Amino acid sequence: MDSVAALREAWVIQRRVIGALFLREVLTRFGRHNIGFLWLFVEPMLFTLGVTALWTATKSLHGSSLSIVTFAITGYSSVLLWRNMPARCIGALQPNLSLMFHRQVKAMDIYIARILLEASGATVSFVVLSIVFLSIGWIQMPEDLLKVVGGWLMLAWFGAALALLMGSLSEEYELVDKLWHPLSYLLFPMSGAAFLVDALPPPMQNIVLLLPMVHGIEYLRDGYFGSQFTAHHDIAYMTLVCLGLTLLGLAQLRKIGRAVVPE
Amino acid sequence: MIDIQNVTKVYETRQGARTVLRNASLRIERHEKVGILGRNGAGKSTMVRLISGAEQPSAGRIERKMSVSWPLAFGGAFQNALTGLDNLRFICRIYGVDAEDKIAAVEDFSELGIYLREPLRTYSAGMRARLAFAISMAIEFDCFLIDEVVAVGDSRFRERCHTELFEKRGDRAMIIVSHNREYVKRHCDKAAVLIDGVMTAFDDVDEAYEFYGRSVA
Repeated sequence: MDSVAALREAWVIQRRVIGALFLREVLTRFGRHNIGFLWLFVEPMLFTLGVTALWTATKSLHGSSLSIVTFAITGYSSVLLWRNMPARCIGALQPNLSLMFHRQVKAMDIYIARILLEASGATVSFVVLSIVFLSIGWIQMPEDLLKVVGGWLMLAWFGAALALLMGSLSEEYELVDKLWHPLSYLLFPMSGAAFLVDALPPPMQNIVLLLPMVHGIEYLRDGYFGSQFTAHHDIAYMTLVCLGLTLLGLAQLRKIGRAVVPE
Repeated sequence: MIDIQNVTKVYETRQGARTVLRNASLRIERHEKVGILGRNGAGKSTMVRLISGAEQPSAGRIERKMSVSWPLAFGGAFQNALTGLDNLRFICRIYGVDAEDKIAAVEDFSELGIYLREPLRTYSAGMRARLAFAISMAIEFDCFLIDEVVAVGDSRFRERCHTELFEKRGDRAMIIVSHNREYVKRHCDKAAVLIDGVMTAFDDVDEAYEFYGRSVA
């Protein structure tokens, strides 16, 4: 029973620390000026709206008669979800090193707080935009809400696992910070946000389907408007990749966790 | 009780591994006040950080059977981009204490006035020290780790620190790092001397200083 009590105590402390770090991130990133923490989801909303407008204007929807708004919202929201978490976790320890003088604040808590912050921003933005466009009739109600949620959660897991790995790697190798920007930039056009897999020639399909986030977004779109296109996804494959990334991330975190020096 | 058993700490530097502490052992009982003596770079602050649990030893173990503070040092443990008040709230949250009850005491001790609601990076050294000490006193511990924090500031600040630490909290254990001989002699029951990462513990402070004097000469 003792170990159960100890585990519960550890859980209480961890929740407290993550909550405190979450609020600390909100305060330093958004402050109390003008709309304050609302920027958390207004910023991704502006991104998504801008891209939606751009894609609508250029009619950039390859090989389909779908509504561009639906296509853009599902696509760009997904990119924001998996891409922002790693970006915010790279170099995340440096500005928090002084707080690590408190023994209950661990590297893991700092990453979790930032991951939660990015995930909630992207999620609120996606939900609000969906509801707004639904209510003015620019998009249709998702055909299978559970599938949409499932796809979203898979993309969140992928982003979180990648964030943990990239973040903890960046503490050991400065190169990670330099390489992430071009990498994420190049991954965006291949991530499935701006195309449907079915519209690609079969050899290309096999290549893009190696990327795990493509499966997540195809699954999400399958839930949103699956009757209007042929979705290509293999959630078992994506789960395997996410699991692998999570394990690698945790291993690297363990390695750097012992070496972190508060300052 | 805090039991430090054969603790070694190695840091990886660009010029290879550097051993800062070698096989250090020390026991601190409840209510006991222990001074840690040593020259700059001897490993005193590293020892304190290991005792606090902010860093992990490379070998050996540290057992804590009482609650131990974070290292109350000049600087550190606070976030410069946050205001004094938000730092207080952060620390109260992670230690599970209600911050609202503590604001008045921190306002009173830190004497920061409106600056309590400004970011720490705008503070002077004295303001930082006052805030750091005030927040430190908002959370109660069985053992306080004091790393030169009281050495800064003017005489009035030092006097007020003295009241808070040694009068109001005189029954607590303390581990005190200081270069001030009088300060250590006045407050500590025993002392440990650190020379090149090797720690030698003494039950008597005068003996510790005698040993320290001989080894430095």
